[in-house]
Amino acid sequence: MPTPALRVPRAAALNCSACGAAIELHAMGWAVSVVCAACGATLDATDANLRILQRGGQLRLTPRIPLGTRGTWKGAPWEVIGCQMVTITVDEVDYSWTEYVCFNPWRGFIYLSEYQGHWNVIEKLRRQPERERGGAQPTVDYGGLTYKHFQTARARTSAALGEFPWELQVGDEVIARDFVSPPYLLSAEGYDEEITWSQGTYTPPDVIAKAFNLDRNALIRPIGVFANQPNPYGHLPKQIFGLFAMSMVVLVVMFLANILLASNRTVLSRPYSFTRGTEDQAAFVTDVFELDGRPSVVAIDIDSPLDNDWLYLSFALINETTGESREASRQVSYYHGVDSDGSWTEGSRHETVRLASVPAGRYFLRVQPEGGEPARRVVNYTLRVRRDAPVYGFYLVAFIALLVPVIFAVAPSVSFERRRWAESDHAPASSDDDDDDDE
Amino acid sequence: MTVPQPHGATCPNCGAPVRFLWAQAVQTTCPYCRSVLVRQDLDLAKVGEQADFPATGSPIQIGTEGRWRERTFVVIGRLTYGWARGRWNEWHCLMNDGRSAWLSDAQLEYAMTVEVGAGADMPDGARVQVGERYTWGDTTYQVATITTAFYLGTEGELPFTSYDRGTSRFIDLTSVDGRFATIDGSEHPPLLYLGEYLGFDDLAFRNLREFEGWRET
Repeated sequence: MPTPALRVPRAAALNCSACGAAIELHAMGWAVSVVCAACGATLDATDANLRILQRGGQLRLTPRIPLGTRGTWKGAPWEVIGCQMVTITVDEVDYSWTEYVCFNPWRGFIYLSEYQGHWNVIEKLRRQPERERGGAQPTVDYGGLTYKHFQTARARTSAALGEFPWELQVGDEVIARDFVSPPYLLSAEGYDEEITWSQGTYTPPDVIAKAFNLDRNALIRPIGVFANQPNPYGHLPKQIFGLFAMSMVVLVVMFLANILLASNRTVLSRPYSFTRGTEDQAAFVTDVFELDGRPSVVAIDIDSPLDNDWLYLSFALINETTGESREASRQVSYYHGVDSDGSWTEGSRHETVRLASVPAGRYFLRVQPEGGEPARRVVNYTLRVRRDAPVYGFYLVAFIALLVPVIFAVAPSVSFERRRWAESDHAPASSDDDDDDDE
Repeated sequence: MTVPQPHGATCPNCGAPVRFLWAQAVQTTCPYCRSVLVRQDLDLAKVGEQADFPATGSPIQIGTEGRWRERTFVVIGRLTYGWARGRWNEWHCLMNDGRSAWLSDAQLEYAMTVEVGAGADMPDGARVQVGERYTWGDTTYQVATITTAFYLGTEGELPFTSYDRGTSRFIDLTSVDGRFATIDGSEHPPLLYLGEYLGFDDLAFRNLREFEGWRET
């Protein structure tokens, strides 16, 4: 016959051996030590007489979540039974956070950790990480994720209250190594050569307040960026890269189509000469040429063997049938010489004028040459007219325009990551706040 | 399941009837007077008495049922140990295939193990160090903790006697995939148990203890 199923009382009522105050033990025999709320003494919870382990200290702890608070986490009820303040010293500056012990009589213990409004729900791991790698920034693999080393510090208990499933002493120290893969944090704590691994999950204060039925204002807003805080902008680069990639595909397709579909056919190619000093008689018209197909670009290429000379040409592309005129002008020049810095050249003997969306029809050019060095009486040049020439400039502009939202999407994410790692042992070198742990 | 009963299976101390759930049980306790009873052929002999049972607060009790590796089990006995940081139970479970298994509840972290027969390559327990690695079967285990514990008490059916237990050295080893091994240094040669850690919900417990002021979900 099994032992009769006795109901376990809510809490064992005892008295503090140091000051006589009432002590309640809620952790059903699993508490190892308990810190008296009245005098701060640490007592042996496994001893029926609550033997004193450590006399009370000076520091008073006021938990943001009062001991005795009940909450629900992952569908199970939990009670906050203990609270400790943990402190590390980095570059002679103390940083402290609060850890709460939560108890469930069937499921055991979970822990809540809070630093400047940032919360983690921590569970002790039941298996080792799969792999540890050394190097400048060590990593740990666990559960399919790779965690990067964040910080190694000597962590000590600076104040405590309530029940703990270990023998807690104010002043106790452990070496803690933290590894992050947001929103997760893996911690390895050393205690007499034994390593305990635990996993924290970053949890917004609203979620904690709701789970433990706390007033919305009981918890402060997070300050700064925490080690395993998810990057709120982390999704932006991914989204914008997707759009950027699609846009680039479209742009490349358009570019290739532009090249392939452009016939780039020469419809006029003839040499001309210009005698200086005859400007008032120099204007002329070319032969008529046929522009067929869809409305598209007409390119006029100017090619001239200039030598320390220049030439200015004005054009009008005139439709023989309608009289419609499209006008443009361009200068070609070429100068060269030698000076104290060596040889130099300036200008170009080749230029191209583009006229967009010229409809089909019969056309001729009216050309007005002018300018140049008077000492050279005659200058020769060739004009070539090409139908449906490809256009290039648009694509560069479009590409640059598409880059702008990418930069705006990436910048906040990169900034957030920089702020995260600025708090670690691996702070970027440019950071003003260089953290080096005293170990 | 019909279990052959020792002749006149009554408690030699108080005369109450004693019933065995497990044919191979070597030791049990009388549910009425807490005498520790050992089988000797067809008789029961009292070898000790279990004083007030130390409280551990475990939600598990004799009669608790659960499920592990597709088999159901029932808890039929336990040993309780104390150590520097508290107490824990090793619950003796009877699997529905008749085999024996152990459920540990240290700090309410649950582990199921089965004793591995002789032939396992055993280290010299006295020289084991934290961090060392050992391989049994296809799994490499690393020594996680070495605990000196003292025997506190017993209840129900066990596959061995416990009245002669004193201080024991337990070596706990873990692996990267959640497997668990423990070496019980109270036996000579030491006993090896292999198994795994499990979450409370994984074990699908029934007939657990109730706790005043708490509902399980």
